[in-house]
Amino acid sequence: MNKRTKLLLNIAALVVVILFIIIANELFDSYIKRILNLCAIYTILGLSMNLVNGFTGLFSLGQAGFMAIGAYTVAIFTVPIEARSLIFYLKPMNAFLSGIHIPFVPALLLGGVIAALFAWLIGAPVLRLRGDYLAIATLGFSEIIRIVFTNAQTITNGALGIKNIPTISNLWWTWSIALLTIFFMILLIHSSYGRAFKAIREDEIAAEAMGIGLFKHKVISFMIGAFMAAIGGGLFAALLGTVDPKQFYFTLTYNFLLIIVLGGMGSISGTIISAFIVTGGLEWLRFLDEPMSIGGINIALFRPGLRMVVFSILLMIVVLFYRNGLMGQREITWEAIGEFFKKLRTRKTRNAKGGAKVE
Amino acid sequence: MSNVLKLDDVVMRFGGVVAVNNLSLEVNKGSIVALIGPNGAGKTTAFNVITGVYMPTSGKVSFEGKDITKEQPHKIAKLGIARTFQNIRLFKKLTVMDNVLIAKHLHLKSGLFGTALHMPWAVKEEKKMREEAEALLEKVGLTAVKNEMASSLPYGQQRHLEIARALATSPQLLLLDEPAAGMNPQETMELTHFIKEIKDEFNITILMIEHHMDLVMEISDDIYVLDFGQLIAHGTPEQIQRNEKVIQAYLGVEEDA
Repeated sequence: MNKRTKLLLNIAALVVVILFIIIANELFDSYIKRILNLCAIYTILGLSMNLVNGFTGLFSLGQAGFMAIGAYTVAIFTVPIEARSLIFYLKPMNAFLSGIHIPFVPALLLGGVIAALFAWLIGAPVLRLRGDYLAIATLGFSEIIRIVFTNAQTITNGALGIKNIPTISNLWWTWSIALLTIFFMILLIHSSYGRAFKAIREDEIAAEAMGIGLFKHKVISFMIGAFMAAIGGGLFAALLGTVDPKQFYFTLTYNFLLIIVLGGMGSISGTIISAFIVTGGLEWLRFLDEPMSIGGINIALFRPGLRMVVFSILLMIVVLFYRNGLMGQREITWEAIGEFFKKLRTRKTRNAKGGAKVE
Repeated sequence: MSNVLKLDDVVMRFGGVVAVNNLSLEVNKGSIVALIGPNGAGKTTAFNVITGVYMPTSGKVSFEGKDITKEQPHKIAKLGIARTFQNIRLFKKLTVMDNVLIAKHLHLKSGLFGTALHMPWAVKEEKKMREEAEALLEKVGLTAVKNEMASSLPYGQQRHLEIARALATSPQLLLLDEPAAGMNPQETMELTHFIKEIKDEFNITILMIEHHMDLVMEISDDIYVLDFGQLIAHGTPEQIQRNEKVIQAYLGVEEDA
C-alpha cells in the first residue's frame, strides 16, 4: 500500500468521523451524546495512561490526580465572574483568583501545563529509582491532590465543589481533541522518542547502555502523560458543568487501568476501542446497581456496587485468559485491514471451490 | 601507541566480596584485547565498572584521557563506549530495524517537539537515521530480517544483531561480553572473521570477554587474565599460552577428578 492510498484512506476515515459527529449532534438525545462525549474523554485518558504504563513501561496510578488538576483549572478560571459569589457562599473566593476569567481553551492548556509541572515534581525524585515505587508515589499524589482540593476552600470551594461551569453540549470539542490526541500519540510513538520509550519498557539496562538517559526519557513520558490527563480532566469538567473532589477518588484511575489492560498495553487502537467498550459498558450495566425484582421477589444481589463487582470480574477474566488484552501491542493499520479482507476473500473462494468438489 | 581505555587500581567490593581487586589495564587504540579467566573471576564486573553500571569502590577509569569513573551509563555510551551482554539483551518485542534505530537515538539532534510532531527537519534526520541503519544491517547481513521481531531470530543472528546495535551508537570502543557463548565451532569461526571485519570496517577498538580460546588466541593483540578478581597475567597470546599461572588457573592442566 503506497503513501498516497494511505493518505486518502486516512482522509476518508476522518470524513466519516466528521459526518458521524454531525449526524450524532443532530439525531441523538443528550444522554447518548453525553456517553459519546465521555467515550472521547476516556480515550484521551486511556491514551495518556497507555503512554506512561504501556509504552514506557512505568507503573503510574496518578491519572485521577492529574485529571483533577485539569478539571479544577478549567472550573476555576472559566466560571463566570458574576456567578462566583453565589458558588463560594460559605467562604468567598480568593480575592486574586476571583477577578481572573480565562476562556476555555487557554484554561484547558493551562491545566495541562500545571499538571505537567506537578508530574515533574513527583517524577524528579521517584523516577530515579528502578521498580514500582512510582505506583505508590503517584497513588499517594492523587489522594493528596484530592484532599488538598477538599480543604483549599477559598480556591476550590472545598467539598461543595464548583458549579455553573460553562458546559459543552455538542460533540465537537471532545471528539476533535480526542482526534488530536490520537494523532499526536501516533506521531510520538513513531518518532525516535517513541522508540526510546519502548526501549525502556523492553529492557532498561540495555536502553541505558545504548545511551538513552532513563531519567530524562521517563520524565518526558510522564509529563506528556500528565498533560494529556489534565486536558481530559478539563473536558470532563466542562462536560459535567460541575466539579467536586469526590469525582476524583483514586478508584477513577482504575477505570483507565481497565481500559488499557483490556485494550492492550502499548496499543493505541486497542485503547480507543476499549475506551468505548468500558465507557459504554459502565453505562449499560447501570441496571445492576438498581433494585430488581422478578415475579414480585426482590433479588438481593442487585444493589449499588454490583456494577463495579461485574467490572472487576471482567478485569480478572481479561488478566487470566487474555493477558495481552484485545490488541496486545498490535495496531489496526490500513495494511492489516487490507490483509484481513484479502484473507477473507481467498478463504471464500477456496470454500466455494471446496463445495464444488464435494458435489 | 595511545591508549583508549585505562583502568588504574580498580577495586569493586560488594559487601565482603571483592569482585575485582586492584585491576589495572590499558587498551590501545585499534587493538583487540581479550579479558579471560574462569567463571566468577570478575570479568563481567569489570565491564560493568567500565560502562558505569557500577561505580568502583576505588580506582579510576579513563576513556581517551577523560576520567569516566563516576559517569552514568548513558553518558558513557554517548562518549563512545558500546557494549553487548553476556546473556543477550535485545529489545525483544521490537523489530530488528527498531533495535538498531534505538541505538541511534543518542545522536539525535532535533528536539523533542520537532521529533514528536514530525517537523520537516526531524523527518529529514529520521530518514538519514534509517539510511544509516539500513547500511549497517546490510554490512552485518541482517537486511533480509530487518522487519522481523528480534526475539524471532535464531540465536546466532541475535548475537550479530546485538553487535550491530552496539555499532549503531558509533562507538570508538566496543566491549563484547562472551560474543561466542553457546556457538558451535563453525559459528565461532564465522564470528572470529566478523569481529576482525567490523574492527577494520568501523575503525574501532575492541575489548572482549571470551572463553573460546581458539577465537581469543587468533584475534587478540593483547590478553589479560583474571582469577578471583585478581590480574594474574598480561601479555601476547604466545606469552599467555606459556604462562604457568594461567595454565594452572584457567587454560587447564589435565583434569582428573
